[in-house]
Amino acid sequence: MSAFVTLNNVSKIFDVSAPWLNRVIERKPQSFLHAVSDVSFDIRKGETLALVGESGCGKSTVARLIVGLYQPTKGSITIDGKDMRIVDDTGASSQALRRKVQMIFQDPYASLNPRWRVADIVAEPIRTHKLLTDNAAINKRVAELLGYVKLTAKDGEKFPHQFSGGQRQRISIARALASNPEFLICDEPTSALDVSVQAQVLNLMKDLQREMGLTYLFISHNLQVVHHISDRVGVMYLGRIVEIGDKKEVFGNPQHPYTRMLLDAIPDLKMTGKARTPVAGEVPNPLNPPTGCAFNPRCPQKLAVCEQARPQLVTFKGRAVACHANAPTSL
Amino acid sequence: MDTLNRFFDSDIWWSFKKSPLTVGASVVALICIFGALLAPVIAPHNPYDLAQISLMNSNLPPSWMAEGQPAFPIGTDQQGRDILSTIMYGSRVSLLVAVSAVVMSLFMGVTLGLISGYVGGRLDSFIMRIADIQLSFPSILVALLISGVGRQFLPRDQQDSLAIYVIVFSIGLTGWVQYARTVRGSALVEKNKEYVQAARVIGVSKWRIMVKHVLPNVLGPVLVIATLNVATAILTEATLSFLGVGMPATQPSLGTLINEGQNFLLSGEWWLTLFPGLALVAMVMSVNLVGDWLRDALNPKLR
Repeated sequence: MSAFVTLNNVSKIFDVSAPWLNRVIERKPQSFLHAVSDVSFDIRKGETLALVGESGCGKSTVARLIVGLYQPTKGSITIDGKDMRIVDDTGASSQALRRKVQMIFQDPYASLNPRWRVADIVAEPIRTHKLLTDNAAINKRVAELLGYVKLTAKDGEKFPHQFSGGQRQRISIARALASNPEFLICDEPTSALDVSVQAQVLNLMKDLQREMGLTYLFISHNLQVVHHISDRVGVMYLGRIVEIGDKKEVFGNPQHPYTRMLLDAIPDLKMTGKARTPVAGEVPNPLNPPTGCAFNPRCPQKLAVCEQARPQLVTFKGRAVACHANAPTSL
Repeated sequence: MDTLNRFFDSDIWWSFKKSPLTVGASVVALICIFGALLAPVIAPHNPYDLAQISLMNSNLPPSWMAEGQPAFPIGTDQQGRDILSTIMYGSRVSLLVAVSAVVMSLFMGVTLGLISGYVGGRLDSFIMRIADIQLSFPSILVALLISGVGRQFLPRDQQDSLAIYVIVFSIGLTGWVQYARTVRGSALVEKNKEYVQAARVIGVSKWRIMVKHVLPNVLGPVLVIATLNVATAILTEATLSFLGVGMPATQPSLGTLINEGQNFLLSGEWWLTLFPGLALVAMVMSVNLVGDWLRDALNPKLR
């Protein structure tokens, strides 16, 4: 199958310098934050790619780049053969692209306008893209969408604050589905929810994927959630992908020391007696990243070369790893 | 009906009932407002109808004094006009000017603040520097300048009839900064919230996001400021009129009445200036107290 979404060497650099006057008078240097560096991956139609990593590693920035909330500093993003750069235009083809790519946000308490009724929130994509113009038809479609996420048409009359976190997240899924998208970007959609509700939302998302043939990019720091929902997994560290491959491969036979570190930190509920190793060290300051491999200050397998040269992402049998010590040819 | 029931069930109504000062102030404010709005209906005389006034009744003291007449409860001025009626007609002008000026600065300030906060960048810096410059002048000075100078450009025979527009404009223009800053601050917070980003992902246009999503969520604090500013605008208008650059004698506001009355203060006709002054104090204080309560009631941190 060919790729539906392609990221090609995408980088995003934020200018976090002090204001010009302070730079001139106090001689502060310009500073740049490399939030995402040279990220490339493909997502095939109908599959779920999960991105995992610690806070601040650039997962959410990747999501915002793909959906067009940020423009990449370098590189290109293509979705269904069209460059995502056009989404800021108002032309018909960019609106069509907009319609195909939707996003589910992390915080269900912030992602719904508190002053709008749920029916209006869910109908917004329909009205914006003029998919339906007749009010009765819009109401019918909204009721159908609320039905998909196991809410009733009557819930449309209410305001967001009358719902629980899980219900709100389902409303935002209904809104995302309203424009008949093909690709959904889910930025930690369950991290603000109770564990019991997480399962409910995840299973709903899986069901919807099966019924509508959706493609997901799923961003999370919760490895169990990722294991449950994804087909492929990418591990990010400090703005770069360090390992990407099939879920079974990455979870069953992790190659990068960082992936191993993350997997070792998962509490073992089956009580097999396996020792749990907490993740050691902290993420370095992205304003001043370490030379060579960004992971070298925390790496248990550090070599001399790791401080000098940045390892390239090497692909081998569908799996890619960026590590000097564990080059995938040794698999 | 449903909305009304919800209102009587709300925290705001409860905190209103709990504060006797606010209830009293709003009663006074309502009396002032109704007295002003219904002046042509309920005022005992029409002081600007020449057929109804008589020089025979000039300079009568309030009715409880020896020379007072019951028809003129708080006395008359030097042309025989009933003071109570002139106060009611005068509050009408004062309120009209104040409310129009507040609406004008509200509209200007909210528009500029919203654009400044949501669009950001150079436009934001530009608008905010203008606001800073404007803030460095006392607002009464700016208003004095505009209404004093602006009047000279009007044809002489229309100066009096157009005076009200000049005053509304000059008070309105000095007030926008406060709204713009408040709205900009809130808009900066709201635009980074996920519901605004969700609208952007959906493909909603920038202007529609500003008006439909951001605006309703930043209006709360602005309405409180507007209420408090009505009181300030009444005072500014009174000051301008007192200084002689406000409302003309043919269409007097409370400030004009106080100004005219103070000429007679030393010759013993104290009622000419005291009663309009008291009316002004009652109006401004009651509106201010209601505004203060509203600010506290809508501030979740003070509950």
